[in-house]
Amino acid sequence: MSTDNPTTAVDDAAELQALRERVEELEESMAAVDTGDDQKKMTIVATQGSFDMAYPPLILASTAAAFGWEVVVFHTFWGLDILHEEKSKDLKLSAVGNPNMPVPNAVAALPGMDTMATKMMQKKIDENGTATIEELIDLSLESGVDLQACQMTIELMDYDEDDFYDGVTTGVGAATALQHMAESDIQLLV
Amino acid sequence: MSSEYQTTETLDVKGQSCPMPIVKTKQSIDDLEAGDVLEVVATDSGSMSDIQGWADGTDGVELLEQVEEDDLYTHYVKKTE
Repeated sequence: MSTDNPTTAVDDAAELQALRERVEELEESMAAVDTGDDQKKMTIVATQGSFDMAYPPLILASTAAAFGWEVVVFHTFWGLDILHEEKSKDLKLSAVGNPNMPVPNAVAALPGMDTMATKMMQKKIDENGTATIEELIDLSLESGVDLQACQMTIELMDYDEDDFYDGVTTGVGAATALQHMAESDIQLLV
Repeated sequence: MSSEYQTTETLDVKGQSCPMPIVKTKQSIDDLEAGDVLEVVATDSGSMSDIQGWADGTDGVELLEQVEEDDLYTHYVKKTE
């Protein structure tokens, strides 16, 4: 590393210049990467199939799509019922274990209480102009949201791939979900 | 109310609540040309914050004005590109 030898000094200067150029090149390519990737991605894992829990993933998904984000909703376990064409129209609200219900749990556990609680909620949703589950699913699919149905739970629940809305992705598992989550800016478990 | 802008189209989302005003605004904007102004008429008070947030976070749109009058929330959104 001695600078006594004039040849070495020239070599060092040339090397320094080359390094400076390389740093500039890298800075330029980093800047290009930063501006090129403003497309956000969100992955939601939907595990619940009760009437009230079906709404948040679909509302967030359809809104995110309106922002131009790439959105994946991975439906597993009871979350599958949201994508099930028949079952999605008959999702129930649980009257038991809901501290906001106007009746004690002992009463809420009586037959017919879930149906009553669901009807009350449906009436409120209707009066409020809130979209139905079916409308939100249609909107989400229309706007490019990838609604996925977990293959393992399809089989576990004895569902058929044809039971789901047209446009729903089947044949996917945990690895696919993880892959999307790893690529996402936002990951949510509902 | 729309005299200030050359409104190209009006979207009526009265009586509809979140997320419909946003989702339908996005759909209507997609069908317009650059330079067009969309008037969105809503009764959802949340649309004031939501439309603003959506316009801020979305490329190619500009929120020109929001008017609150008699429980009606009117938004003017311009498609810029």
